[in-house]
Amino acid sequence: MATGHGHDDHHHGPAKGITRWLYTTNHKDIGTMYLVFSLAMFLLGGTFALVIRAELFQPGLQFVTPNFFNQMTTMHGLVMVFGAVMPAFVGLANWMIPMMIGAPDMALPRMNNWSFWILPFAFLMLSSTLFMDSGAPNFGWTFYAPLSTTYAPSSVTFFIFAVHMMGVSSIMGSINIIATIQNLRAPGMTYMKMPLFVWTWLITAYLLLAVMPVLAGVVTMMLFDIHFGTSFFSAAGGGDPVLFQHVFWFFGHPEVYIMILPAFGVVSEIVSTFSRKRLFGYDSMVYATSSIAFLSFIVWAHHMFTTGMPLAGELFFMYATMLIAVPTGVKVFNWIATMFKGSISFETPMLFAIAFVVLFTMGGFTGLMLAISPADFQYQDTYFVVAHFHYVLVPGAVFSIMAATYYWLPKWTGNMYDENLGRLHFWLSFIGINVLFFPQHFLGLAGMPRRIPDYALQFADFNMLSSIGAFIFGFSQLLFVFIVIKAARGGKKATAEVWDGSHGLEWTVPSPAPYHTFSTPPVIK
Amino acid sequence: MANVSKDAAHGDYDQPYYVPEQSKFPILASFGMGLFIFSMGHMLNDLKANESATLWSWMTFAGFAVLAVTLFNWFATQVRENHQGMAGPQLKRSYVLGMYWFIFSEVMFFAAFFGALFYVRMWVVGWLGGEGDRGVSNMLWPNFKASWPLLSNPNPELFEGPESSMAWPGFSSVAHYLPLWNTILLLSSSVTVHIAHTALKNNQRQKLTLWLGLTVLLGLTFLFLQVTEYREAYHELGLTLHSGIYGSTFFLLTGFHGFHVTLGAFMLSVMWFRALKGHFKPEDHFGFEAASWYWHFVDVVWVCLFLFVYIF
Repeated sequence: MATGHGHDDHHHGPAKGITRWLYTTNHKDIGTMYLVFSLAMFLLGGTFALVIRAELFQPGLQFVTPNFFNQMTTMHGLVMVFGAVMPAFVGLANWMIPMMIGAPDMALPRMNNWSFWILPFAFLMLSSTLFMDSGAPNFGWTFYAPLSTTYAPSSVTFFIFAVHMMGVSSIMGSINIIATIQNLRAPGMTYMKMPLFVWTWLITAYLLLAVMPVLAGVVTMMLFDIHFGTSFFSAAGGGDPVLFQHVFWFFGHPEVYIMILPAFGVVSEIVSTFSRKRLFGYDSMVYATSSIAFLSFIVWAHHMFTTGMPLAGELFFMYATMLIAVPTGVKVFNWIATMFKGSISFETPMLFAIAFVVLFTMGGFTGLMLAISPADFQYQDTYFVVAHFHYVLVPGAVFSIMAATYYWLPKWTGNMYDENLGRLHFWLSFIGINVLFFPQHFLGLAGMPRRIPDYALQFADFNMLSSIGAFIFGFSQLLFVFIVIKAARGGKKATAEVWDGSHGLEWTVPSPAPYHTFSTPPVIK
Repeated sequence: MANVSKDAAHGDYDQPYYVPEQSKFPILASFGMGLFIFSMGHMLNDLKANESATLWSWMTFAGFAVLAVTLFNWFATQVRENHQGMAGPQLKRSYVLGMYWFIFSEVMFFAAFFGALFYVRMWVVGWLGGEGDRGVSNMLWPNFKASWPLLSNPNPELFEGPESSMAWPGFSSVAHYLPLWNTILLLSSSVTVHIAHTALKNNQRQKLTLWLGLTVLLGLTFLFLQVTEYREAYHELGLTLHSGIYGSTFFLLTGFHGFHVTLGAFMLSVMWFRALKGHFKPEDHFGFEAASWYWHFVDVVWVCLFLFVYIF
């Protein structure tokens, strides 16, 4: 149904050589570039994390100075959030959304390539700060003023501009994704027939458009405070450092949903395929995703309970935050109900997806604990917070990206990956991640603060355990790289359907997917 | 082609969606932007450290030039492709959606600064003056009295306050109140660009260029008055970027608005030259429409500024 011959141009294959990648307008090429870039940043940010964990293996200062330690925590956070997780999801969106809705490409193909190519320049600039005299930014990835303004190293200027560039890239990417979904759906592909991955990305793109400009705004205020003498974040001039936190978290809280909503979409696709059942409660999934997006705008100050907000503010943000558990619970319930009585098989994508459901839910529960304002005074700025957000980000967002890679890799490369190695990768990651982050809950509850290179002796055992987990998890990602490269170079040929229970337009085109798909739209009944 | 589109729900699919094969613009624009911003970072840091920034200034300029020339050619290509009939109705709708969502993101950019202004006015200044739940912060500067517009800062040695503000001067001196004239100018320019748009739709070309040209002139007059206002602020009122939170919010809000007016006026003047060259048809003039939407958006932002920065 999808193979009607289109315009002559569409029979062209990819160009040869490096210019294919530099000049491309093809959503699959651009998706690949995003994914490869994200993997490179994942390994870079992971290296920073291993420096941190090596230093924390034992109490006392072993390898790095405290200032360099701070640079590592800062760069680790920035690189992972803006370099690894977000571009990975944009890469998946580029590859899959046009194929899932029967579109010939993204809506604005040249701008699509611009969105990507800004990123390498932005991260080159950010990474170059590591080699400057002042050292890299050292104020944490949340860059609170006045640490990031009055007391910042001079490299903060490059950090600010890098964030501006990432913002431009994200905004153009989101405009493209929204326009594609609104305008390029094949005839008959109504909104409520769209795969859930497309739905979650539509809402994510909306969130990005709403908050990336706010991030640009807050770093612009920093820039003016630093270079042009304004006093936004200086109480001496009538401003307020807490103002920084309000504006930052108005971006920051939707940002965490930007990093998890596409993961919800991925997991919904995978759980349904490997349970060989339709997704349970599709409509409620859509409404739950929209509710989470709406709520994400009115909960930001739960990151700031200890800043001395008025009591009414504490209460409002506490209850609003707890409300998010309702739509999130709907989602978890739907995934479990989808698996219920399904004929489940446990290929690697499904293993990662099930681990996602379990471990993400755990991260959600610790989130509820943190939402309780009076209790948060104890947890604030401890390793409990670190454990919480790593549980939602690593076995949450990162596991979903790996699940998606294994799930769609046969469609991208035309070859099956090595299933045994995939499962080995899963189990090493699963064990590594829990050994790495689970003890951090106890450390935090016992009072170990985050972002310090040294700690009191009573924290030693759990820290050593955590560092062992970190190295297991870190090095098992090399196995992931090996599996992906191996599948890209050859292996058992994949069929068009790839999986038994696969459903949706992307599985109607051959594997590997031709360079141009759906040049003329398929008709969906 | 024809055999495929029969099943299509509507005529959009008669023409295949135009996907350009390859383009050098994105990578060139990224390179230009990277060079521009990286050099500007060095320039700012050198200036702050009181070192010579000549080399980096030139590099900043070079990066900007690469970016600008690339974008100019990119837009020119886009226009040419449209004249060659490559853009079908579906692609044109992508442009419209793209512009809508771009303006939405611009709204959110201004929302960040308005949010900062409201937060400061509603809470921060009061708290610093000893009111409410966080009034204890008054211990830092016990002599500080909360007021808005804030003419005397908590620490006047670090941030010397302005002598007077931009607030409404009363009806007696209304004739010298530049923001009011600027409001009138911008509001009328929204009307004139709308008249130009209607003329374009009715294929009245002379009327189009006349009213569009008038819109650009009104925009430029606005900018001239704003520069005058800034000069007065700096030289007569002592109101600068350094004069505490009032100056900070005032100059960033009005400054970014002025920057957007500059962009909008530039876009409209490009449209004016295109209109002179005979571009645009009554039923096909997305470029003009996008520029005029942007102009209306800038106008709405100004109304908010006039109300919340100047009047109240």
